[in-house]
Amino acid sequence: MIADIALALPEIFLAVAAMVLLVFGVYAGEKSTRFVATAAIVALAAAIVLVLGRQAATGFGGMFVVDAFGSFAKILILVGTGLAIAMSLGYLRDQGIERFEFPVLLMLSTIGMMIMVSAGDLIALYLGLELQSLAIYVCAAFKRDSTRSTEAGLKYFVLGALSSGMLLYGASLVYGFAGTTSFAGLAQVLQGGGTPIGVLVGLVFIAAGIAFKCSAAPFHMWTPDVYEGAPTPVTSFMAAAPKVAAIALFMRVFLVPFGGMVEEWRQIIVVIAVLSMVLGAFAAIGQSNIKRLMAYSSIGHVGYALIGLAAANQEGVRGVLIYLAIYLAMNVGTFGVILCMRRATGYSEEISDLAGLARTRPGLAAAMAVFMFSLAGVPPLAGFFGKFYVFMAAVNAGLYVLAVIGVVTSVVGAYYYLRIVKLMYFDAPAEPFAANTDRGVGVVTVAAGLFTLFFFVYPAPIVAGAQIAARALLP
Amino acid sequence: MQALLAEYLPILLFLGIAVGLALVMILVSIIAAKQRPEAEKLSPYECGFEPFDDSRKQFDVRFYLVAILFIIFDLEVAFLFPWAVTLGEIGVVGFWSMMVFLGVLTVGFIYEWKKGALEWE
Repeated sequence: MIADIALALPEIFLAVAAMVLLVFGVYAGEKSTRFVATAAIVALAAAIVLVLGRQAATGFGGMFVVDAFGSFAKILILVGTGLAIAMSLGYLRDQGIERFEFPVLLMLSTIGMMIMVSAGDLIALYLGLELQSLAIYVCAAFKRDSTRSTEAGLKYFVLGALSSGMLLYGASLVYGFAGTTSFAGLAQVLQGGGTPIGVLVGLVFIAAGIAFKCSAAPFHMWTPDVYEGAPTPVTSFMAAAPKVAAIALFMRVFLVPFGGMVEEWRQIIVVIAVLSMVLGAFAAIGQSNIKRLMAYSSIGHVGYALIGLAAANQEGVRGVLIYLAIYLAMNVGTFGVILCMRRATGYSEEISDLAGLARTRPGLAAAMAVFMFSLAGVPPLAGFFGKFYVFMAAVNAGLYVLAVIGVVTSVVGAYYYLRIVKLMYFDAPAEPFAANTDRGVGVVTVAAGLFTLFFFVYPAPIVAGAQIAARALLP
Repeated sequence: MQALLAEYLPILLFLGIAVGLALVMILVSIIAAKQRPEAEKLSPYECGFEPFDDSRKQFDVRFYLVAILFIIFDLEVAFLFPWAVTLGEIGVVGFWSMMVFLGVLTVGFIYEWKKGALEWE
């Protein structure tokens, strides 16, 4: 038992820290928000150290798996949450929703995500997924007085409950036909081929449930509305860490317990990936709201990441993990710029307000241009390498059509990313934004920009880490 | 099959006694008590609401809060019963698991109390 607890120490530590901060905050009142947020970031950083100290092992009767793959994903998740909290304070204060519950909720959601990527059993998977989702439902509706924010929260909640229902239904079918919920047990049962049809149907439902959580088409309908309605720091969080967790979970579920059924599920993943890439590329073109545009962009990026899963080999897993790390940085940075789109009258979300930004705020425009070029996948920025590794994996696995569709849709997608660059550099200036006074947003955006810009100089740590993680998942 | 059904005999007996007891109470009150019916007395009782109304009617959101808080602690009891019955078999780990669970719930309780969710006014 003690060994099990030691194995889950990062999660337990974060859970205790979240509860301590909750009780502290409720006694200290609303003015403690800044302290609670700082303490939350420190706790997340400490959790990274704890994650790095874990040895690969299985605990809690096979429910909880610690391996390099999970640790890699956990570090990305913890970094994503920490950056989201660091960027949130100024916005929350300006909007009059500076409550200490916000960092605590993000911490709880992070614990859920860490359990998701460490799940060794369908039940552990579901528990992690629900803890993650419930906290985000509340966050999406965090601006209680705004109709759009509450609408976003409600929409996400109702559709999220539906997808959880589908996932549970699939899990119950799999359990009914395979006789076990443990990943190791399922892998053993499904090893020899001759899959029972019930398991296959269950697998389709599980795929639908997880695809919803990572907003892959055709389960993406909630994404644009929720991204637009939720407060911007919440959107920046939702677009980063939960996506990493959901795609990592996708990989663990499909490659470990259902690893013997690759030929059966590959077609599902290929369809989901193609639909997401095409939808992400075409639907974003007509958007005038930057958060909606980022929603469609994130749908497209999930499609690219899933190409690596469709490859279903070590190289593919490595590609997806590198992609997720780079995507996290680009995305956090872009939202940092969006959080700087502020005038005396309030925050703007209109793309047209970025016009002529290069003349009024050259630094901000340069940062945005870096992120847009990177999201479009222009070399030598980081986004190019993310795409390069997954496309390479697809080509080496013989999925030529998928790789070609990926390249074509990223060219289409480049249109709307580059349109923003053109707007900033060649159009007549709109009313200038107020100077950014929030240090958190500034530091995070600059750091993300430098990472995106100079990834190609020294990519070794991330590539090597992803390689070790992929080897742990698929020996 | 017979053995399986026999296991359910106590439940059948219980159902029979319950139905019988309910019938006796209704019949005795019809026979023995004075009947003075009026509209309010005959209508079904529902706390704080008109019993029959449009379901889209506005209601105080505090009812909702109380209902949610009730469900949490209701479920806690639902977990406590089987835990208490099997405590001998699940041992020290089982005991402390429940203590941790109760601890987490207590943190939630402190939060809601301090936040004023339990005050009606």
